Amino acid sequence: MKTTPLENQSAAPARRSGTYLGLGTYLGLAGALLAMIVLFSMLSSHFWSYSTFSTLANQIPDLMVLAVGMTFVLIIGGIDLSVGSVLALAASTVSVAILGWGWSIVPAALLGMAVAALAGSVTGVVTVAWRIPSFIVSLGVLEMARGLAYQFTDSRTAYIGDAYAWFSNPIAFGISPAFIIALLVIVIAHLVLTRTIFGRYLIGIGTNEEAVRLAGIDPRPYKVLVFALMGLLAGLAALFQVSRLEAADPNAGSGLELQVIAAVVIGGTSLMGGRGSVISTFFGVLIISVLAAGLAQIGASEPTKRIITGAVIVIAVVLDTYRSRRAARRN
Amino acid sequence: MSASVHDVVLTARGLGKTYAQPVLGEVSLELRAGEVLALTGENGAGKSTLSKLFSGLETPTAGHMLYRGQAYAPVSRSEAERLGVRMVMQELNLLPTLTVAENLFLDNLPSRFGWISQKRLRQMAVDAMAQVGLEAIDPDTPVGELGIGHQQMVEIARNLIGDCHVLIFDEPTAMLTAREVELLFTQIERLRARGVAIVYISHRLEELQRVAQRIVVLRDGRLVCDEPIQRYSSAELVNLMVGRELGEHIDLGRRSIGGPLLRVDKLSRGEKVREVSFEVRAGEIFGISGLIGAGRTELLRLIYGADRADSGSIALGQPPLPVTIDSPKSAVSAGIALITEDRKGEGLLLSQSISANIALGNLGAVSRAGVLDRGAERELAERQIQAMRIRSAGADQVVGELSGGNQQKVVIGRWLERDCQVLLFDEPTRGIDVGAKFDIYGLLAELARQGKALVVVSSDLRELMLICDRIAVLSAGRLIDTFERDHWTQDQLLAAAFAGYQKRDALLHPAAPRMDA
Repeated sequence: MKTTPLENQSAAPARRSGTYLGLGTYLGLAGALLAMIVLFSMLSSHFWSYSTFSTLANQIPDLMVLAVGMTFVLIIGGIDLSVGSVLALAASTVSVAILGWGWSIVPAALLGMAVAALAGSVTGVVTVAWRIPSFIVSLGVLEMARGLAYQFTDSRTAYIGDAYAWFSNPIAFGISPAFIIALLVIVIAHLVLTRTIFGRYLIGIGTNEEAVRLAGIDPRPYKVLVFALMGLLAGLAALFQVSRLEAADPNAGSGLELQVIAAVVIGGTSLMGGRGSVISTFFGVLIISVLAAGLAQIGASEPTKRIITGAVIVIAVVLDTYRSRRAARRN
Repeated sequence: MSASVHDVVLTARGLGKTYAQPVLGEVSLELRAGEVLALTGENGAGKSTLSKLFSGLETPTAGHMLYRGQAYAPVSRSEAERLGVRMVMQELNLLPTLTVAENLFLDNLPSRFGWISQKRLRQMAVDAMAQVGLEAIDPDTPVGELGIGHQQMVEIARNLIGDCHVLIFDEPTAMLTAREVELLFTQIERLRARGVAIVYISHRLEELQRVAQRIVVLRDGRLVCDEPIQRYSSAELVNLMVGRELGEHIDLGRRSIGGPLLRVDKLSRGEKVREVSFEVRAGEIFGISGLIGAGRTELLRLIYGADRADSGSIALGQPPLPVTIDSPKSAVSAGIALITEDRKGEGLLLSQSISANIALGNLGAVSRAGVLDRGAERELAERQIQAMRIRSAGADQVVGELSGGNQQKVVIGRWLERDCQVLLFDEPTRGIDVGAKFDIYGLLAELARQGKALVVVSSDLRELMLICDRIAVLSAGRLIDTFERDHWTQDQLLAAAFAGYQKRDALLHPAAPRMDA
């Protein structure tokens, strides 16, 4: 008998679970990135070169790992403004451990990351225990972490030397160990978000925390863990930066949180929680970084760069909102 | 007011509304000036839909309306309001931080070059409040500082600004105290005398009998009665609302009831739940009835640990042994499940797939070392889709796109995958069409047959009488009485539901009050 499987035709399943933003999003982001690369290559003969590429690869690991942490934070419906300060705090801790106490580089690095993770945990615990918006808690932690960083370094840049330099030195094709680690973080985070119970809970908490609680799952430890993870990744970013600058700067990372949030949001992660993807975030980081590098190449002034970057952020979010509203209407 | 008393103000002819399914069909009626029309019927009978059609919040898919002799088809609430058809919603649309005067004239604040003319605003507010007999309230009081009753008066006063020929009240007394109700009735009487056509939506029979002259009953979206209200006794009105004759049966199969499985002892939380004790046996469907606000949902939430009890204890198992339940997590590990009343707000991840929702409480079963096995997750979802007959495009479909009944099945399906001994259902069939209702009744019976203990809260008394082995009645936070199947009457159950709100001596003799015909 010839029967058309009618059921299959009607069942065009709209797969829009929280960790998958749709092929359209990835293609759109990749297209925007490509268009920018083509545009800058036409505007500047130096853009399409090995040196641009290696500069980018050298600089973006910090932003990559921070953006991964921020993706998780935004997915649970939170926000963490303290990442730049926590980065500076971790760097300062490393400098104190090495210069002040004569620690060797590995324990000093571990201590720096532990302190950063602790700062993130403070944000998480206070947010969860007193049900305060993470926005305001992290704003407080931002100030405290920055203050501690100044205290540890006596408000001066502490020169550590090239003990960590191997971390940022290219091993091949302009790619450094730091870049490889950052890529690994992205791959692992993507798998955690899409394939593990932990990832599923984060999406659930961001979508409807009360429903998760009434399903018999205590959301609080997961939320704290996300902020702790954010801190830990800020600590990792601090190591990347220390190795590149060979110094701990207590002013490091100031205003960085906005760049990180911009990259994540350009990638299409929702500020309302419940929707986000690490892969998209990676595209967001690339777009922000290529834009900065390209504008520098064509000789744009600092004010011009900021104006254009700001406009790109707004346009990206408007486009994404428009796209998701249209998708919602279709159903 | 130009209209004289009993002139027809608004006419509906063959009005109907169809969403995914028809919710209202072929309704024809007339609203007359100076008359209070009681609009009643069960939950989901179409009362709200009908009033939304009148007030421009929805547009009809069939039929038409005439308003003061002209064709009337409002496309928005503001258009209806401009014409003089207004509605006081259940949720008040007031801004608690602004003053009474500011709330009254928010859309039209008197101003000069953008500066508010405080004096004029004050005078306008005093005039408006005088219309509802509340000159005593200082118009500069922030609305949030008023009691709910007075807030409602402000809302009514706001609706009376400008032309008002039709005023619809949707369950206006749900949150009011007895004194506030009196205040409201006085105002309704004043408005009626002024020639306003009033529609009063409520289930509360005694209120309807006091305030209304005519009664319209909707049942399953159809108009089944449009008569002067004094023709009916209370008992007849109940029958009209409920429709089907009592004693109707569905065959839910046989099951045997075992020993006690859940024991609740003197559970209390504030004023909401006061020393409630009961026992549910294995294989039993235990109903909890009562008026809205009697503490039914709160009681289930206490048992489930979603809220903390002030005092009291819970015992579980065969025989029941004391358990400590301080969070939903501990309730679930003790073997208790809660299917919430508000499935969209508290039960489901609406933007996520069916499989993600069903697996939410059971991720351990479809994963290894914390890593999800998507194949197993899908299998689990498909098994429940089959078993529960969830109509969907597949396990990947987003839950928000399903009908209410199918959404409810997804929530229930989540718990069936876990082996819970006690299942608490809060309004399991609210907002669900009749076909799906019977699916859910069958499912409840099947769960009971498996030896589980079921507690079912419902506002639909007929539903409880259909499926339960015993029904406990809560009133004002207290468990008034428990009735056995074949030993209850609707009158007894209703009387018990009101008992807690009456004088103290009535509480002591719960069997005594009768519904006076």
